[in-house]
Amino acid sequence: MRALGIIVVILTGAVLLYALGDFPSWADPTSPAHKHVSPAYIEKSLEQTSVPNIVTAVLADYRGYDTMFETTVIFGAGVVCFFLLRTPRKDRARVRRYRHVLTGMTIRVKETRKTPLVLEEFERIDTLWAPHDLIIKTACRILIPFIQLFALYVIAHGHHSPGGGFQGGVILGASLILLAISHDLRTALGRMSERLHAILCPIGVFIYAGTGALCLALGFNFLDYGALARILHVDPVTARSHGILIVEIGVGLAVMATMVWIYSNISSKGKYDEGL
Amino acid sequence: MSQHFPALLVTVPLLSALLISIVGWLYKRLCFPIAVAALSVTAYSSVGLLLSVMHEKEILYRLGGWEPPWGIAYRVDHLSALVLVVVSVVGLLNLIATQKSIQEEFPEKTGAFYTLYVLLITGLLGIVVTGDVFNLYVLLEITALTGYGLIAMGEEHAPLASLNYVYMGTIGACFYLLGIGYLYISTGSLNMADIASILPGLYDSRVVLAAFIICMVGVCLKMAFFPLHTWLPNAYTYAPSAVSSLVAPLMTKVMIYVMLRLMLTVFTPVFTFSRVGLSDSMVWLAVIAIAMGAVLALAARDMKRMLTYVIVAEVGYMVGGAWLGNRAGMTGAILHIANDALMTLCVFLAVGNIVYKVKGYAFKDLQGMFRKMPYTMSGLVAGALSMVGVPPTCGFFSKWYLISGGVQAGQYGFVAALIFSSLINVILFFRIIEIGYYEPFGADHGQGSSRVRTAEAPLTMVIPLLIVAGGLVMMGVYTGDIVAHVIAPVVPPALGN
Amino acid sequence: MSNLLSSIVDNYNYLIYIILMMIGLYAMIAKKNLVKKIVGMNVLQTAIILFYVSIGAKKGATIPIIQHGHGEGAHEMGASVIKAAEYINPLPHVLMLTAIVVAVATLGVALALAIKVYDRYQTLEEDEILAQIREK
Repeated sequence: MRALGIIVVILTGAVLLYALGDFPSWADPTSPAHKHVSPAYIEKSLEQTSVPNIVTAVLADYRGYDTMFETTVIFGAGVVCFFLLRTPRKDRARVRRYRHVLTGMTIRVKETRKTPLVLEEFERIDTLWAPHDLIIKTACRILIPFIQLFALYVIAHGHHSPGGGFQGGVILGASLILLAISHDLRTALGRMSERLHAILCPIGVFIYAGTGALCLALGFNFLDYGALARILHVDPVTARSHGILIVEIGVGLAVMATMVWIYSNISSKGKYDEGL
Repeated sequence: MSQHFPALLVTVPLLSALLISIVGWLYKRLCFPIAVAALSVTAYSSVGLLLSVMHEKEILYRLGGWEPPWGIAYRVDHLSALVLVVVSVVGLLNLIATQKSIQEEFPEKTGAFYTLYVLLITGLLGIVVTGDVFNLYVLLEITALTGYGLIAMGEEHAPLASLNYVYMGTIGACFYLLGIGYLYISTGSLNMADIASILPGLYDSRVVLAAFIICMVGVCLKMAFFPLHTWLPNAYTYAPSAVSSLVAPLMTKVMIYVMLRLMLTVFTPVFTFSRVGLSDSMVWLAVIAIAMGAVLALAARDMKRMLTYVIVAEVGYMVGGAWLGNRAGMTGAILHIANDALMTLCVFLAVGNIVYKVKGYAFKDLQGMFRKMPYTMSGLVAGALSMVGVPPTCGFFSKWYLISGGVQAGQYGFVAALIFSSLINVILFFRIIEIGYYEPFGADHGQGSSRVRTAEAPLTMVIPLLIVAGGLVMMGVYTGDIVAHVIAPVVPPALGN
Repeated sequence: MSNLLSSIVDNYNYLIYIILMMIGLYAMIAKKNLVKKIVGMNVLQTAIILFYVSIGAKKGATIPIIQHGHGEGAHEMGASVIKAAEYINPLPHVLMLTAIVVAVATLGVALALAIKVYDRYQTLEEDEILAQIREK
């Protein structure tokens, strides 16, 4: 295998190095990539879409179709992880481990239907248990709302600063994963159940594709946000700006839900009882 | 409404995939009807699109209302319309035929399965209809990801086979992405027609040549062209039978469509055939692919694996035909895309029926099947005859075009490989027919289940199979019309005679 | 010799991406551990993202966010001329946002598959898995 690897690498490297001779120099402003399509984006995007962040304008308006399918890719990955790993709950014996907080003694309870353990001195622990430090738990609990607020800012301010739906969605998802890591998976799932994030994910993509279909139904081309001018009672250019915001919200929702979904499936191997 | 067919074609399956995903959590029995409705709308739109493309020359649809190359555009010409019809019809027939086996294999996750199924079809439809190279990459990845997930839920070694497919498929997609990056750095555009108009000034550039080679290697990885085919036999053998009869006819053929698109539309035929200088080598590589596919199929231990090696050989037919560089060869390759999709669907559906009833796909599971499952076996025989190339099934006509193209181009190695492969197909399929007809139905039939009372497969599984078998003959009978009205306008006149 | 050296220094961004890509490709083919192959896959994809982003650079240009175009009706502020040479090319960044998301999705799927393989064979080394398959 090593020999095959070296041969493939040498051949591919040779082809790539051969092409290196004709590349334009780095950061040359007169290279074909800078002269053909992108000057129109830079010069006209503000007057055509009223969004100062050119990357967001191109991402969500000019090439919005790509972005819709990109959101579908991440949704598809979430569904695949669910499809592969999720095992239904009914066929496992319920074994739980508890730890007496004062003495540190752990007990293992095979839970029948008659005796659930809900005493105050016992805390429920995972199989691979590590002490959940009070400092970590409290710090994360305080930080998580601010992280989410920042994520919402990133989504909403994507028009004017670097940001947008994907970035904000990932930060939102990361805040929930932080909850799952600092406390445990059950706490995070208690805040946002599996069914909720499995339904939020397609709803996010639905917002995106649905906006496009709405434009289609109003007689314009698919994803032509100018169609929204009639519904929102603004001129077509501002309607584009609002359309971009709507689809960014959809993207943020979908990405957040998928990140948490993939994390819960992978970290608990599909059983959803205990995470990392 | 009909001017929005190109957008509807991809939007309706996408929206219904999302709907199925939500409904799967609430009420499972609705998933199948929604999927059938979505794919029926798609099949109807694709047939409508084919008819309107035959009237006008080509349909251009601007997404988001922006002019290409600043926005993404759909360009539907005869080739795209033909492959669209093939993809949507195959997807619909397979969906109806495999409903029972899906219910049996994935009782709790039907929502997720149908979501992935419809997303796969969406990705394939989008690949065929798009006119933008980067959009093609994103859709390629949707198709690939859903394919990985669907294949991995098979039996025993399916996750490992799917993981190997992940590795090789990702390398292929990354090479394609790199290739279009090279195209971008030299032309500055991502629209296929736009690149084709800028490229003639850049024929001597090393970057364009490297872009062509890298894109071709990436696409060859994804279409399982020998020797980059090693992921295919394991992945398609261990996949669930409902999934193998979906991906086997479609994925490799759509990749061949991508290769044709790159050869003919993006890098114009002048560049592909005269400047690159690789036509002969590609035809010889195709000859090796056909020969190795046939030989490895002979050595296969069970039915499904044998059929996957036959797919490898068929890919060799189409690649060789496309690179012959004349009208007959290109016509044969394009015709073979449609024909091979139908043939492969036919044989895989038949194998799926047998697996549903007998729970095994080794050769000994076929014993006495002619008496027990006559309709399924007659469908299998029809598919086998088409793969061998017996008139009036469609397989004969596409082989005819390929052989006459090979003779015209003087590539007698290619002709010899085609004939060799047909002879090997005769051996392979007649072996199956002999086991099914002459050997008695054993008492220890099936893998492990000793008291299997085998009867014919249920009606929903048999009727689509018979429809496809009938379609094979109809496609053969109407070949002349198809070639004249659908394929001939696509083959560029620059290819000469 | 100095010609070679000057061409290396001129194009060092492209050389870096080629080297990274070859490292990733070698890892995917030659390594036996399945997770190392997944890491190689990620390195390969990252190298291509690096290549695209380096296409977009322009000498002396700033990020593609227009400074004074804030607020509702920003497009009516008109008059301030926006010159293409002052901003870097936004298109490769847009494309790479997509490519990064695709890479993450593929990574998720590959890891889920690796978990399934581990559950089935109790090992992640390719030669041990093949030995287990062969002795069945």
